Amino acid sequence: MKTLKTYAILYLVFLYAPIFLLPLFAFNTSTIIAFPLTGFTTEWFTALLDITEMHSALFNSLKIAVTSAVLATIFGIFGAMASTRYHFPGQKGIMGFIMLPLVLPEIIVAVSLLVVILKLGLSTGSWSVIAGHTLICTPFAIAILNSAFAALDPSLEEAAYDLGETRASTFRRVTLPLVMPGIVSALLISFTISMDEFIIAFFLTGADPTLPVYLFSMLRFPKLLPAVMALGTILVVLSILLITIAEIFRRRGAKRAGLKDTGGFL
Amino acid sequence: MTIKAKPERKPLISLQNIQKHYGEYHALRGINLEIGEGEFFSLLGPSGCGKTTLLRTIAGFEDIDSGSVMLAGKDMMGVPANKRPTNMVFQSYAIFPHLTVAENVAFGLRKSPLSKVEKAEAAEAALNMVGLSGYGNRAAHALSGGQRQRVALARALVLKPKVLLLDEPLSALDRKMREQMQVELIKLQREVGITFILVTHDQEEALVMSDRIAVMFEGEIAQCDDPEVLYRRPKTKRVADFIGVMNFLPATCRHEGGKKIVNIVGLGETEITEEQCPEGFPEGAATVGFRPETLTILYEGQTPTHREAPAMIEEVVYYGDMTYYDVKFDGVDTPVRLSMRNLFGRDVLEVGTRARISWSPGALVVFG
Ligand SMILES: Nc1ncnc2c1ncn2[C@@H]1O[C@H](COP(=O)(O)OP(=O)(O)O)[C@@H](O)[C@H]1O
Ligand SMILES: [Mg+2]
Repeated sequence: MKTLKTYAILYLVFLYAPIFLLPLFAFNTSTIIAFPLTGFTTEWFTALLDITEMHSALFNSLKIAVTSAVLATIFGIFGAMASTRYHFPGQKGIMGFIMLPLVLPEIIVAVSLLVVILKLGLSTGSWSVIAGHTLICTPFAIAILNSAFAALDPSLEEAAYDLGETRASTFRRVTLPLVMPGIVSALLISFTISMDEFIIAFFLTGADPTLPVYLFSMLRFPKLLPAVMALGTILVVLSILLITIAEIFRRRGAKRAGLKDTGGFL
Repeated sequence: MTIKAKPERKPLISLQNIQKHYGEYHALRGINLEIGEGEFFSLLGPSGCGKTTLLRTIAGFEDIDSGSVMLAGKDMMGVPANKRPTNMVFQSYAIFPHLTVAENVAFGLRKSPLSKVEKAEAAEAALNMVGLSGYGNRAAHALSGGQRQRVALARALVLKPKVLLLDEPLSALDRKMREQMQVELIKLQREVGITFILVTHDQEEALVMSDRIAVMFEGEIAQCDDPEVLYRRPKTKRVADFIGVMNFLPATCRHEGGKKIVNIVGLGETEITEEQCPEGFPEGAATVGFRPETLTILYEGQTPTHREAPAMIEEVVYYGDMTYYDVKFDGVDTPVRLSMRNLFGRDVLEVGTRARISWSPGALVVFG
């Protein structure tokens, strides 16, 4: 019991200590990332405002993340409906292949996509990063939406149909509102995954780097390191905020739908 | 051979040779049935016999292999559930949890030509009918089981369907609530005059509520009759066993000078009539069935109204208003059950007591 406790504490320290170091050095006056701390400053945050390439990288990332999240969620809805609402031969195998990118090394996805794109004579760019990110986000979206659709009593949809709605209007009036918390969760999680994905973006981004790729290139300049720390701090705070919002949405939705809270994705 | 609607009722639904497979499994095996206008009709049978499948076939939710469903004179072939003049109360009630009670009830009125005010009035009237007036603004997910059931009823009835389909609507309620809802459903059906088709596995519920009951086993209708006929004159041993309690004793049958004579082990010989043999009079070995209430224990000084046989009391089950006795007739190994009303001043007898039992030859049913 005691060893288990120690283990748990060590594990959490190992997991979160580096993240706590980020803000520590982001507010430190020295450009050298080392203890002891030399003083408090917000100059690295104001410095961020002047780095224009970083701004375009940020906007590029936002564009890619929003598009990938929307696409992955739409595919996720189709996938989750196919796996929970219908039964067809080969269903298990097909779902398995769709979920495979969850465990597939991203480097493999990245390299194989690059090969395909080059073989087709196309050039890489934001669109190819979007394709890659949609590919890796879709399984997450399906996993989240699967539980949302599985928790939905199929007789609710039948009841709406029985009361005179069409398949499409049943989806709009009953299915969609009831799985909305799942959809919001899927969007936010996919967005977060795409925002900080590096390998696929590194291989497939064209002339405009995404934020993680840009940050990586900045690491070569020690002078800029504290600014990177500042940016990292902002990103961590935003991520926590986003995930919290996703979870609040999911819980509120589950409560409104009168479902028992089953823990969900988070 | 189609089971016809009663002559006094205009047929509203006509099912002809309905066949349905789920893969290899033969779920409906040739259903031929007519259901009349304004009838309270029940589909009764053990779990898995195909009641829900048949109900969903009428609603338009199942693709059948062959056969036809006629509703109010129109062939329903190719008419989907959202275009049929039927509405369903689902077993889970399927109340939309994201809507209020009033929004639930008015759900199906979206495309109706009524004005907004008229729709709200129709919804409130429907709620009033099921005893939920004033509940319109409540959140649907906060309702109790009985209230959900009422909302589901109101939501279906507000559309004034020709047929209301109910799939085990009371099975999720506790006993008291269930008995109360049974009475309310009967009243409601009389009030609106719509044909109700109720699916249930509870024989008592079917007997209490229905004008007519179809008993189903393995995708086939075994018997379709009034509750009273079904109870008194079940057509097969299996139906007899499913509806209420039926005692069985072995017997032999023979003709004697144009009379039908049956010799029951332990009870002796008696003459029976044609209609006591639903499967035809079996020459030779047979089984007779009789209900517990057709047997009576004769107390000191009482004389039998019909026939009498000696027996030993094996088991006593006291129910307050009734006592059930399991008794063995002399010379018979299998005990039979009889029920006695606990009248004031009449003692409940003890196990091991010897008793004289009165039985009525006219109440027997003979099976081959
Ligand atoms: N969608 C389905 N797929 C396969 N088998 C089914 C399906 N629905 C029902 N069945 C089978 O058909 C039989 C009849 O089912 P059902 O009509 O639901 O019975 P009941 O309502 O009388 O309990 C059952 O044995 C059931 O397992
Ligand atoms: Mg059923």
